[in-house]
Amino acid sequence: MLAGDSASGLQQTTSHKVVLPFYVFAAASFLISCALLLLNTDIITQHYFNPKTLAITHLMALGWGTMIILGASHQLLPVLIEGKLDSYLLALLSFIFAAAGIPLLVTGFYLFNTGLILQTGAILVNASVICYFLNVIGSIVESKKYNIHAFFIATASLWLFTTTFFGLLLVFNFSRSWLPENSIEYLSIHAHMGLAGWFLLLIIGVASRLIPMFLISKYSSSVTLWWIFALINIALFAFIILKTSGAYPNLYYSPFLLVLIALVLFGIYNYRAYRTRIRKHVDEQMKISLLSVAMLLLPLLCLIVVIYFIREDSKPTIVLLYGFCIFFGWITALIIGMTFKTLPFIIWNKVYHTRAMGKTPAPKELFSENLFKVMGLLYLTGFILFVAGILILNDLLLKAGAAILLASAILYVINVVKTVFHRVKE
Amino acid sequence: MEVLSNNNLYCSAALAGLYDVFDPEIGLNVVDLGLIYRIDFNDEDKIIIITMTLTTQFCPMGESITADVQQSLSNAFKDYQISINLVFDPAWSPDRISPEGKEYLDR
Repeated sequence: MLAGDSASGLQQTTSHKVVLPFYVFAAASFLISCALLLLNTDIITQHYFNPKTLAITHLMALGWGTMIILGASHQLLPVLIEGKLDSYLLALLSFIFAAAGIPLLVTGFYLFNTGLILQTGAILVNASVICYFLNVIGSIVESKKYNIHAFFIATASLWLFTTTFFGLLLVFNFSRSWLPENSIEYLSIHAHMGLAGWFLLLIIGVASRLIPMFLISKYSSSVTLWWIFALINIALFAFIILKTSGAYPNLYYSPFLLVLIALVLFGIYNYRAYRTRIRKHVDEQMKISLLSVAMLLLPLLCLIVVIYFIREDSKPTIVLLYGFCIFFGWITALIIGMTFKTLPFIIWNKVYHTRAMGKTPAPKELFSENLFKVMGLLYLTGFILFVAGILILNDLLLKAGAAILLASAILYVINVVKTVFHRVKE
Repeated sequence: MEVLSNNNLYCSAALAGLYDVFDPEIGLNVVDLGLIYRIDFNDEDKIIIITMTLTTQFCPMGESITADVQQSLSNAFKDYQISINLVFDPAWSPDRISPEGKEYLDR
């Protein structure tokens, strides 16, 4: 290879055109979710099987969490499996189906139109997930690198499909009753397939590679990761079997103990990576991402409270707290941190990859760090206030918390827009 | 980490320029980061063959870093053509960072 050509052995990374639409859609979803939360704080006093709660939960789970993870994983998959993304077309289709399906699904829930709107939304979301699943499997098979991270991602995407397909059955069960029980009876299975099977497995699979990489730590332990992988999957299968069979109702929640062990192992894994890091300075984005690992303990604490300390009539409130801590706590903290670790790279590559040796800013200079710090502070304040509002059922605290969360979402969107529209300064 | 070469004098001149090529994310130059394995000079054909690596094979910054390396060598050796040989065996690891690089990252 001579001057003018690209370097021999250089592998193409995923095009920004594939990834950016997911980020933009996710940012808009986060903003709308926070606005809906502010407009509907009264849902906290009602049962969790409520149209508004279902709408906000699905917008947070699919529009925010899943969309940004789909976008980032199209970018990061090549790094994790050391192979290129199998199909840009499937990635594009995955976005189109999801971008069309999620608004329909959320609108269907919000208006509680269980007919055509909800059903079409659910079908489109499933089509999107199938495209993503095929792309992940195709990429892994093509790369022939079957490392632990590949297993995490492949299994997580299979659980995502299982979750959305089960969701589709539940949606049709509203009008045709073809499942033995009401849809509400299956909610916990549907939710935990998504939470543990999709979010937890994928986030651990990706974070276990990225956190040591960003910290420049050579720590790695496949054995620990295999244990975590096995514990979460066994816990999930056990929960589904116990719940569907109806046997041993006292043991319904025991699989969560396995998840707790997995999380402790993941915490130890991250701590060891942190202790052996070469780069001593930890930036704000990494701090908030590492904080999200600790925030995972909050929903587990909720579960313990539900199981052992709470009267039956108070359980719906704690279930809402559990869901809030997962979607607005753990997942959101991780995403807002990781957005500004990954998005600036994607934009930097788009704008500067051909500008050799020129005066180029560092990727971290593409977004406002001050805005990020204010956003982080607002986010944590809003989160704490809202949690306090749920615990003491105080509408003023709920409103204040939701308003501050909305303010943090606005700052997040401003920073995403600033990054996405970055241009070369002549 | 030592950079191998068939011409130590030219290699020093090449490295002087490469100290100005940075990994944009880590903020450390490619020499102290340990990305450069070998630089060979072919005086007859006027070709420089640089054998280097990236922190990961699918490094999103790979294209930019190799373009900067190529530009740096072209600036220092105007009559030479530059050939970049990217290798991933041996793979890069944090052990390859020079003591100066580690000191910089330790701040």
